[in-house]
Amino acid sequence: MKPISELWVYLAAEPLLWLTTTLIAYVIADRISAFFNRAPLANPVLIAVAIVLVLLKLTGTAYPVYFTGAQFVHFLLGPATVALALPLYTHRKIVMRALIPIAGALLAGAITAMVSAVGIAKLLGVSGASLIALAPKSVTAAIAMGIARELGGDPSLTATLVIATGIIGAVLLTPLMKMVGVSDPRAIGFAAGTASHGIGTARAFQLGSLEGAFAGIALGLSGLLTAVLVPLLVRMLSF
Amino acid sequence: MMSAIALLLACQLAGEGLTRLFGWPVPGPVLGLVFLFVLLTLRDRLQPHAAPVEASPLGAACGFLLANLSLMFVPAGVGILQEWATLQRDGMAMIVALVVSTALALIVTGFVFQKLAARFAPERDA
Repeated sequence: MKPISELWVYLAAEPLLWLTTTLIAYVIADRISAFFNRAPLANPVLIAVAIVLVLLKLTGTAYPVYFTGAQFVHFLLGPATVALALPLYTHRKIVMRALIPIAGALLAGAITAMVSAVGIAKLLGVSGASLIALAPKSVTAAIAMGIARELGGDPSLTATLVIATGIIGAVLLTPLMKMVGVSDPRAIGFAAGTASHGIGTARAFQLGSLEGAFAGIALGLSGLLTAVLVPLLVRMLSF
Repeated sequence: MMSAIALLLACQLAGEGLTRLFGWPVPGPVLGLVFLFVLLTLRDRLQPHAAPVEASPLGAACGFLLANLSLMFVPAGVGILQEWATLQRDGMAMIVALVVSTALALIVTGFVFQKLAARFAPERDA
């Protein structure tokens, strides 16, 4: 038998190990989430990320090494975004009837997400590039990073803020909606997609297919609207 | 099943190609979503008596991907927590801004939607 260190050298160099680890961490996280009846805090993204982080720390593995395996999972975000067309199609009649609430909530929600993030941070003494990175935090990472890059913000800081926003929104969604008396599944889904993009959408699909469909619409539309509005906001506040 | 996956990827590829070619600020997969939606609507017109798409391999592939959407954010999630150190400078202020702003955005969006829906698109005949 060869020494175990040699096995580790092989495993550390191949994508197989961290791809498998990511899948197993997700399966465990999903079981935990199901065990707690999809309770807000038992968020599968949060739990799976925590499991992987502990393993990376314990093995002293750097993120780029981890990503050589995890990239295959990351890649699926593209086709999964395309797949959002199906629930949209299934519920198309309900969606077409709700165009007025969609437009109104989109405008109100996207502006609130941008202005409140920048406003609160500014009040707390944050300045410059960090404020620009904060403005598109509620929209999907691809759009948010593009906005930040164009305006001289830091794209990787923006990506960090986007993912954090997604997890925060997914956790807060159901308690907050209950608190303010929002029970319409369309409204709950739309709020999830507007405030916390894909991770909010993943949470919405846990609640139901109608919630998921409206989250998917919100994800797309708020991304586009924010891409138009953030440059205006930045010019208005002229940091 | 393979043809369904090929179709999803083809829609994404068309989306990526066009957005890059014309420099549109839309992510390729979002345009791919639009393409797939148009294809599904066309199928409706051309084959009005076909079995519902939800029961087809395409339906199964989409359902599988969307049911496991959380999985796909794990690699990016691990990446951000590794970068958490870059947040240290304005750490507390940034975290407060993220949490409060996200909560406000959720409440405003959900509340406005429900109010407008009650007036213009009541749930009962939805």
